[in-house]
Amino acid sequence: MQIQAIRQPSRRRFIQGLMSVIALSALPFQLLARSTKAFQATKLETVQAELFGDLPIVDSSDISLDIPDIAENGAVVPVSVSTTIEGAEAIHVVIEQNPNPLSASFKLTEFSVADISMRVKMGKSSVVTAYIKTPTTIYKTGREVKVTIGGCGG
Amino acid sequence: MESRPVKMRGKVVDSVAEIKVLMKHPMETGTRRDDAGAVIPAEFIEQVTCEHNGNVVLTAEWGTSVSKNPYFAFKVKSAKSGDTVKVGWTDNLGNSSEGEIVLK
Repeated sequence: MQIQAIRQPSRRRFIQGLMSVIALSALPFQLLARSTKAFQATKLETVQAELFGDLPIVDSSDISLDIPDIAENGAVVPVSVSTTIEGAEAIHVVIEQNPNPLSASFKLTEFSVADISMRVKMGKSSVVTAYIKTPTTIYKTGREVKVTIGGCGG
Repeated sequence: MESRPVKMRGKVVDSVAEIKVLMKHPMETGTRRDDAGAVIPAEFIEQVTCEHNGNVVLTAEWGTSVSKNPYFAFKVKSAKSGDTVKVGWTDNLGNSSEGEIVLK
């Protein structure tokens, strides 16, 4: 009786310990793992599923997506994304009509501002969408960009 | 491989550092062909890491649709004159390069 009373909680604690070790060792891999599948995806739905799983995706007016309406050179299209949304942990730039829609993902920390700029290649006219990931919801905003000379295969 | 420097500029406004980065890289998609019709193999930056005084403040994953010789700008909170900001990249072939500046 007494032995059991001692043994019971210790076994539970052992299992708890084991679980936390597994959880901790899995964490860095998750943080470092590249979303290869999302980058290789050729369909917008696949990109969204790989990046966001089941999280709800809603339109937001709190994202500023700065990109020209007409890109004369599809090889160099400047894009700027910034947001005031609380809890933003990642910014994703998606070009829907490109062969691989996902262009870039930026993982923010509490020490970085949700405000990035870059240049992308666009094969043809497309909607360009910025996604802001928070722990519970994905916010997005999109803009149609007209490309006069494509940037893939020049 | 030829030298591929990471050029950086930074300025601090109200304790937020605005960092502008220019990287030298071909960013080949792997779908283009050369004049002889042979596919030019993919060669693109996959991972970018930005550090402020040795702490990682932002990481980026890129695909093949980031433009050649990438330009990239980001902002770091609680920055001041004398701080160091470092940006490094790794590409799909395992090549890497980095740049560092001391904020004025």
